[in-house]
Amino acid sequence: MEENQKSRFVVTEENWSLHRKGHQDQQRHLDKINEVLKSNLPDLISEENIILSNGKDMVKIPIRSLDEFKIRYNHDKSKHVGQGDGDSAVGDVVAQGEKKAQPGEGKEAGDQPGQDIYETEVSIEELEEMFFKELELPDLEQKEHSVTTIEDIDFTDIRKKGLIGNIDKKRTLLSAIKRNAINGKAEVAPILEDDLRFKTWNPVEKPQSKAVVIAMMDTSGSMGKFEKYMARSFFFWMTKFLRTKYETVEIEFIAHHTEAKVVSEENFFNKGESGGTRCSSAYSKALEVIKEFYPPSRYNIYPVHFSDGENMTSDNKKCLEHVDELLAISNMFGYAEVNEHRRMSTLMSAYKSIEHPKFNYYILQKNRDVYFALKKFFEKRTEGLR
Amino acid sequence: MRYEICPADILYTFGAYGMPTRFTHWSFGKQFHKMKLQYDIGLSKIYELVINSNPCYAFLLNTNSLIQNKLIIAHVLAHCDFFKNNTYFSKTRKDMVESMAATAERIADYEVRYGKKCVETFLDAVLAIQEHVDPSLMRDIIPSSFIDQQPQRSEYEDLWDLDQRKIPGQQAIEMHKKNPKEPEKDILLFILENSRNLTEWQADILTMLREEMLYFWPQLETKIMNEGWASYWHQTILRQMDLTPSETIEFAKLNASVLQPSKTSINPYYLGVKIYEDIEKRYDILAKEAISRGEEMMTGREKIFEAREIENDTSFIRNYLTDDLIKQEDLYVFQKQADQYKISDKQTDAVRNQLIGQRVNGGFPYIVVDDGDYMRNGELYLIHRYEDTELDLPYLEHVLPHIHQLWGRIVHIETVLENKPLVFSYDGHKVFRRSK
Repeated sequence: MEENQKSRFVVTEENWSLHRKGHQDQQRHLDKINEVLKSNLPDLISEENIILSNGKDMVKIPIRSLDEFKIRYNHDKSKHVGQGDGDSAVGDVVAQGEKKAQPGEGKEAGDQPGQDIYETEVSIEELEEMFFKELELPDLEQKEHSVTTIEDIDFTDIRKKGLIGNIDKKRTLLSAIKRNAINGKAEVAPILEDDLRFKTWNPVEKPQSKAVVIAMMDTSGSMGKFEKYMARSFFFWMTKFLRTKYETVEIEFIAHHTEAKVVSEENFFNKGESGGTRCSSAYSKALEVIKEFYPPSRYNIYPVHFSDGENMTSDNKKCLEHVDELLAISNMFGYAEVNEHRRMSTLMSAYKSIEHPKFNYYILQKNRDVYFALKKFFEKRTEGLR
Repeated sequence: MRYEICPADILYTFGAYGMPTRFTHWSFGKQFHKMKLQYDIGLSKIYELVINSNPCYAFLLNTNSLIQNKLIIAHVLAHCDFFKNNTYFSKTRKDMVESMAATAERIADYEVRYGKKCVETFLDAVLAIQEHVDPSLMRDIIPSSFIDQQPQRSEYEDLWDLDQRKIPGQQAIEMHKKNPKEPEKDILLFILENSRNLTEWQADILTMLREEMLYFWPQLETKIMNEGWASYWHQTILRQMDLTPSETIEFAKLNASVLQPSKTSINPYYLGVKIYEDIEKRYDILAKEAISRGEEMMTGREKIFEAREIENDTSFIRNYLTDDLIKQEDLYVFQKQADQYKISDKQTDAVRNQLIGQRVNGGFPYIVVDDGDYMRNGELYLIHRYEDTELDLPYLEHVLPHIHQLWGRIVHIETVLENKPLVFSYDGHKVFRRSK
C-alpha cells in the first residue's frame, strides 16, 4: 500500500521532554510502597532487626502486596531448559538456589532465576520520620525556655581580616578573578592581600533543653521474654522520639520486684529476677533519682512504668500516692501493662480511676501494640486542648 | 517504516508499557523503574523497540552509534516483516497505537469520574488474569443469545425431540444448562459476558484490556521465532555490508552480546538464529540432491521464509529443532534438587518436549472456565489443565481475590498438587483449600 509513496521510511526525532508517563507511574509505585509501609507501621516498628540495630542501618522489608500476582508456575518445582558450553553432563550444577528459609512455606525470597520478590530498603530514619509525624510531645509545660543556656559559635560572617586557617578559598579566588577582570585580565593570578576573605564566627546562645526518661520495669518472675521485648521496643522508640524534641535525652533504668534499684541498660532488659511485686518501690526510687540528679526546673521528666500489673493489693494505695507525686513534677507519666489476655490486673483496677491530663496508660497484648501505646502516650492533641 | 529517535528514559517507558500510548498503571512504573535502573548502572540496554502497526514504528535510542543503528535497522526491518507475514499476526489490529491511546484516554476519564483509587483497584484485578484470553477467538463479542439461536426447523422436526424426552425426575437437572457448555479458555470474555458484578465502565475497561492482550498475544507465542528472524537478518545483512575494521569489531561485539547463550535459560535470539541457520543449511543440501536427481525443491532460504509464515514457537521447535542441533548446542533440562539447580536430563526428546512445554500458551498456565453457575449458586469454577508443572500456590492465593472482585461471587480453581487434585476457593474473606 505504500507502493506509490516516494519514501518508504521516515526518520523523526521529536521533543520528548514532556513525556513523563514512566516517571509518573514510577512515582505512583513509590507512593504505594510508602502506603504499604505506613499501613504496616505497627508491625514494622516492633521488628526485631530494627530494635536490635544500632539505629543507622537500613532495614530490608519485603513488600508482598506490591507483587504483580498472576497465575504462574512454581519455579522451583518445574523443569527448565538451559544451554551449556558443549560438554555439559547430567548432574552438573548450573545455578545455586537459596536455602529454604521457612520449610514448606514456599514464600522465601531468593535470587533464583525467575523469582521476583519486591523488597525495599528503608532506612530507620525514614521510618522514624513517618512514625514521628504522628506523635507529639504532651506540651504541658514549656521547660525548653529554661534559664540554662549553652554557648556555641556559628560561622556566619565573612571578613577581610582573620586567621589564615579560616580562609575562605572560594570567595578569595572569586574576588581575585573579579578584580583582575576589572583590570581587563581574564586570569586568577595575582592574588593580592586585598582579595583574601576569611570566615568568621559569631557567638550564639542557645537555650538548653533536657529530658530524662525514667524507665521502670517490673522484673519479677512473671515478666517473661516477650514482656521485656515489648518494653525494649517501647523505650527504643520513645528515646528516639524524645531526641528529636530535646537537645539531650537521658535515660535511667530502674528495675524492681519488691525492691527497686537503678541498673544498667544491659541488666534492665536481660536480667530476670524472681519474687513478688511491689511497684511503689520503683516509684519511690524514681522520686529519689529525680530529686538527686534531675531537678524538674531543668529537666522534662518522663517516667514510664512497664509491668504485668500483678501488684500486691496492699501496695496499691502507696502506688497511687507516689504516682501523684510523680505527676506533679513530670511532663507525662505512662503506665504500660503487658497483658496478653487482658485480664483485669490489681494495679490497673487502682489506676483506672486516675483522671489526670498527664497520666496515660495502655494495655499491650501483641507486638504491634507498642506502636499504639506510643501513639496513645504521645498523641497529637487537637487544637482545643491548649 | 517509521523510525523515531528518542532518549533512554522514553525508550524504557515504551519498553515497560509495551506501547508508547498505553494507559497508566503503577505496575508499568515499577517495570520502568527497574529497567531504567539496570540501564543506569550499565547492566542491560535496550537499543530499539518495534511496534506491530501500519506503518511499522521503530524507536531507536538516541545514543546509538552509526554502526549500531545499521544493525538495529536491519533487525527491526525483519521484525516488521515478521509482523506482516507470520500468520498468527494476520488478525492483529494494525491501528493499535491509536486504539491504545483512545483506551488510555478513556481510562483517564474514568479515573476523573470514579476516582483514581477505584479505577486502579479494578485494573489491578484485570491485569492479574489478563493473559487468560483465547487468541483463537479473535472475534467480536457476540451476545450469547445470538449464539444459542437454533437453525430454522422444519414442521415435523420436533418429532425427533420425542426420542430425547427424559423421565420427569431427571428433567430438573437437564433444565439446568451448563454455562459454558464446553470449558472456555477465555476467562476475560466469560467474565465480561456473565459477571453480574461489573458496572458499565468496568466492562468497558475489561473489553479494552482484553483487546490489548489479544494484540500482544502473538508476540508471546512467537518470541523465539520473531527474535531469531530479526537476528538472522541483521547478521546476514551486516555481513554483506562493506564495513571498516573498527565497525566490524563493534558489530561483532554488539552481535555477540545479543546472541549470548545462557546456562539457566534459553536466549530466544540465539536459539532462533541457530534453528533458522540449521533449516537453511539442511534444505540447501536436500535441494542440491533433488536437483541432481532432476527434481525441483525449495532452497533453504525459501524454506525459512515458509517457516516464518506458518509456524509459532511450539510448532517451530517441534518441526525444526533436530536431535543433532540439540546436541550441537548442548541443550539440557535442569531443575532444582535440594538447594542447587542441576542438569537432570540431556535426552533430546526430553529437551525438546520441555522447551515446547515452556512455550505452550505463551508460557502461562492453561486455565479454563468449567462452570459459571457452580453449586447452582452463581459461583465460578475454574480448572487448571495440569501438565506436570505445579502452580505457584502463594501467588494463586493472591490472584483469587482479584478474580472474585470481577466475578462478585465465590471463585474456585482446581489444580493438581503432588498428583492429587486440589481445589482453592475464595469467598470474599478467606482462601480455603480442599482436596477434590
